[in-house]
Amino acid sequence: MANISLEPTPSISAQPYPGAPDNWRRFFTFSTDHKVIGIQYIVTSFFFFLVGGTFAMIMRGELITPDADLVDRTVYNALFTMHGSVMLFLWTFPVLVGIGNYLVPLMIGARDMAFPRLNAVSFWMIPIVGILMMVSFLVPGGASQSGWWAYPPVSIQNPTGNLINGQFLWLLAVALSGISSIMGAVNFVTTIFKMRAPGMTWFRTPAFVWSVLAAQLIQLYGLPVLTAGAVMLLSDLSFGTSFFAPERGGNPILYQHFFWFYSHPAVYVMVLPAFGMFSEILPVHARKPLFGYRVVAVSSILITLISGVVWVHHMYASATPGWMRMLFMVTTMLVAVPSGIKVFAWVATIWGGKIRLTTPMLFALGGIINWVFAGVTGIFLGSVPIDIHVNNTYFVVGHFHYVLYGVIVFGIFGGIYHWFPKITGRMYYEGLGKLHFVLTFAGTFLIFLPMHPLGLMGMPRRVASYDPEFAYWNVVASLGGFLLGMATLPFILNMVSAWIRGEPAGNNPWRAYGLEWLTSSPPPVENFEEIPTVISPPYGYGQDQPLIATNEHQEATQVP
Amino acid sequence: MKLRAIILISIMAVLDGLLSVWMAQQSYSWFPPQASAEAKLYDQLFSIFVGLGTFIWVGVMVPIFYSLIFHRAAKYDASDGPAIAGSTTLEVIWTLIPVVIVLSLSLVSYRTYDKMGTQGPETLVHLHAPHLMESAYAEPVEREPEEPASVETNPVESVDVTAKQWAWVFHYPEQDVTSTELHLPVDRRVRLVLRSEDVLHGFYVPAFRVKQDVVPNHTIDFEFTPTRTGTYRLRDSMYSGAYFAANQSNVVVQSPQGYQQWLAMAASQTPQPAYNQAADEYSQNNNNVAVRGWKRVVPAPPPVVNYAPRYAEEPESSDDPENHLEG
Repeated sequence: MANISLEPTPSISAQPYPGAPDNWRRFFTFSTDHKVIGIQYIVTSFFFFLVGGTFAMIMRGELITPDADLVDRTVYNALFTMHGSVMLFLWTFPVLVGIGNYLVPLMIGARDMAFPRLNAVSFWMIPIVGILMMVSFLVPGGASQSGWWAYPPVSIQNPTGNLINGQFLWLLAVALSGISSIMGAVNFVTTIFKMRAPGMTWFRTPAFVWSVLAAQLIQLYGLPVLTAGAVMLLSDLSFGTSFFAPERGGNPILYQHFFWFYSHPAVYVMVLPAFGMFSEILPVHARKPLFGYRVVAVSSILITLISGVVWVHHMYASATPGWMRMLFMVTTMLVAVPSGIKVFAWVATIWGGKIRLTTPMLFALGGIINWVFAGVTGIFLGSVPIDIHVNNTYFVVGHFHYVLYGVIVFGIFGGIYHWFPKITGRMYYEGLGKLHFVLTFAGTFLIFLPMHPLGLMGMPRRVASYDPEFAYWNVVASLGGFLLGMATLPFILNMVSAWIRGEPAGNNPWRAYGLEWLTSSPPPVENFEEIPTVISPPYGYGQDQPLIATNEHQEATQVP
Repeated sequence: MKLRAIILISIMAVLDGLLSVWMAQQSYSWFPPQASAEAKLYDQLFSIFVGLGTFIWVGVMVPIFYSLIFHRAAKYDASDGPAIAGSTTLEVIWTLIPVVIVLSLSLVSYRTYDKMGTQGPETLVHLHAPHLMESAYAEPVEREPEEPASVETNPVESVDVTAKQWAWVFHYPEQDVTSTELHLPVDRRVRLVLRSEDVLHGFYVPAFRVKQDVVPNHTIDFEFTPTRTGTYRLRDSMYSGAYFAANQSNVVVQSPQGYQQWLAMAASQTPQPAYNQAADEYSQNNNNVAVRGWKRVVPAPPPVVNYAPRYAEEPESSDDPENHLEG
């Protein structure tokens, strides 16, 4: 067993510029410390996670009976639109950017992100996006009711005739969020390319960093297209242009291409960091190296490449010609290959290990189990004839919620638990964490699995009312939804109480390998007393070589 | 030891295979009635996917749970597991096998799609794929032997379909009959000419397993072959605004005689406004919900048609028209 009794670098509590607050108030300032910004991202987006979850529970309340009897149809339509928009643009994207922001510089041995001020600007656009989205409920006509796709012509119908309407604010928010994410992507890609510690070659870079790089490259090539689409739609809506408006000679199908060219790869922007966290969590809690690390790392980049040419699989039932459907069927199915490589590598990683079922490990394993299921249904959806029946039904809703909640949110929870002792210097409560996992896993199963049979039976998505034949599974799903909502409570309790009065965790409670575990918990400003020199690949569990990278670095930095 | 592993793995694979076959057979029962030639092809393809999907899912779950049970660290065991960093052979295998699987699934899917031959919007987009997606109308599909040969020889029945916010109107051009319910003869190729008056809609009949978006300013030909008499639900599948969920109708598949009688009967009726759920709800100002809504697009006036289903003539009855559907 390797020697990992490591001394932390001495803590530096000073802020990067004089006069900056050193306590909780720093989270409300324009701080340029990537760790402060990371926490700002995570906490802000978690607030919106609760908002989006509340919308979802009202929707499940409506859907517990076949008739549209809880809220008016327009309100229901706004709820599902804003549920999707909030969950994507204000929860999943920003929380993953937050986790990446916190971890990437620590993992690659950098003092901060490449552009700290740009980083802060990217973050502070998120509250503005959030305010725009929330305010849109208060304008005449209500919030956007065109779904998170905002397909024209519905999205440009504007029944109130006002210039400032829900759809207008929504488009403004999405465009802003796009700009924020593009700036974030520039920052991440530059940081990962240019600021890795001496000796950290590409194949010594942790899999999480690879996955963040892969995800942010998608942001760079894809987001400009979506943002351009949003701007064009905005001018169709407000200024009478005719890009997409059919009554003025525009083509609504063109918008679908703009939208999905980014918005399918966007799923990989979200799922890749979750995969990266699985790849970090499993070796630590199974005490084994990540199996086939290099292939796992490269498969992230493969996903980046393939995901750029799969978007038409959202449009099989749209006005697309047959050859296009067939071409995109093959590319879509090919995504299963790099995804499969990762799954097999994870299974091989835990095989024969020394597994500890800690909370992060449970969430990682739960996420992988859900991913295998979601991946299988994903292949179903890639097949054109199969998709044509289930397209725009609850089968699709079930599939992508399995991905988004069952995989990505599981990854996020796992990551938060895993790095909580690093971020706060304190240990979360294991019992509450396990309770959270059990409730979340059961809730996910109960709400999202019944959506698959509903879709096969032919229940369309986005309906406020439905035929009584669908009632049974909808009741099950609604009960699961309420359970899933409640499952968040032990998490909040755990995080808040452990941060305030949890037991000190020490610098490396998991005895994990990785640069982030070499510094103190919480890490000092600028992270490292001295930038470490990396001399071996990550995940050196069980290796008898006495001189792993971290030890070498430690000996070097212990001198002062 | 190695022999034991091989035997164990073989037994697991056989059990997994049996379970997959069973699931594949179960999958036929997850659908609405199989009411079209396309549905039959669809259910077969879906069954293949279910079988393979089950095999893969179980095949991954078994080693995971095996590890979770047998490879747990003892309470005070602080040691590491074996330092196995990878295996090129394994990695090549688990890259190549998925490649073969997904390419085969693509091929099978392509064949099914070809056979279904639902005429997509090829003509509309003016993109040509000479061999790929010829419709079955132009090039008869190979039918299962037990199906009546007459399916192919009969001429195609053509119906104009208009979707709007929020109603479906069906027009039979030869008889100049309009209806809010789609009546079709059994065992004949049907060609629908799909048009939208306002926004995107989706023509979707779950019992037929077919779906096609309806796009304003475009005319889309769409074909399928109903093979079972009965009443089925037609749903708008592409979100179309406030009353989207209420934009449904029925498809009645009838014997050829029944269909002709219905056409003749409908032709003799004077056109009248049909019941329309969206217009009806709009006029009631949504008194029956807990939370009031916002200003919305005004629904199109109830369509004036020769034929509307019976329940529609008594909208004031408390009975929800959606309850009338056939299972």
